[in-house]
Amino acid sequence: MSDLNVGDAIPELKVTPDKYLPHRYAGASGDFNPIHIDPEFAKAVGLPSTILHGLYMMGLVARSATDVAGGDPKALKRLLVQFRGMGAPETEIAVTGTVKSVGDGKAVIDVVAAQGENQTIRNAEAEIQL
Amino acid sequence: MTVKTEAVGKEWPATTYEVGKEKIGEYARVVGLDNSVHFDREAAKAAGYRDVVAPPMFCVVYSAPALGPAMFDPEVGMNFAAMVHGGQEFEWGEPACSGDEITTTAKCLEIFEKDGKGFYVFETRSLNQDGAEVVKGTWTNIVRGV
Repeated sequence: MSDLNVGDAIPELKVTPDKYLPHRYAGASGDFNPIHIDPEFAKAVGLPSTILHGLYMMGLVARSATDVAGGDPKALKRLLVQFRGMGAPETEIAVTGTVKSVGDGKAVIDVVAAQGENQTIRNAEAEIQL
Repeated sequence: MTVKTEAVGKEWPATTYEVGKEKIGEYARVVGLDNSVHFDREAAKAAGYRDVVAPPMFCVVYSAPALGPAMFDPEVGMNFAAMVHGGQEFEWGEPACSGDEITTTAKCLEIFEKDGKGFYVFETRSLNQDGAEVVKGTWTNIVRGV
């Protein structure tokens, strides 16, 4: 996609992680923190139940930004995120974004990942090569 | 209570990770990537890669092990019960491919207090077997009520 303009919205990515997604992400990533896979443990430390891995949601943001660049993994040059809310399994995640700048064969996209009103990732900045 | 800052600038021993084709595929499937360059050697080569290529965020798999000893270091003194992962940045260089041997070092960049919270910022740098930088990570952990 080389016809990106400042202010353009990127295609929305919608994903609903199933109940066991945090288990599979734990296995794939090596992060077995029990707050992601053990509801009793999560409740004992004051959480409503198990929560998604922040880096899984960052993975979805990376996927969305890579798609904008045409899908080649090496097009994503930089990704900065702030984790600002907890994500829950079995709830739809919507990744949305707006093109912030375009130039020198690169684009910077402002990205948000949210479950309804709950913005789990915001102030994310993805730099892609066009 | 105030945060301890003597660990700022400290570096920890490097860890080495050998990237494997099936591990790349496992990670790619979990985040919902279906590009064949993450699964199929011929497709990856046709796209100009040395071998099956890892998705950018696969960097957590090979770089996080270097961070473990840093986060658990008593000199850093983070209270895990009150810790959240506040922010993350990655800057990618050379793509990581199956067969690569990636060495990661971790360093404490900053420890400071703001609004009653402790901020612990670490940097990881990951180089491949040719000495090319694959990714630089900046990891920010926030501890409430320090």
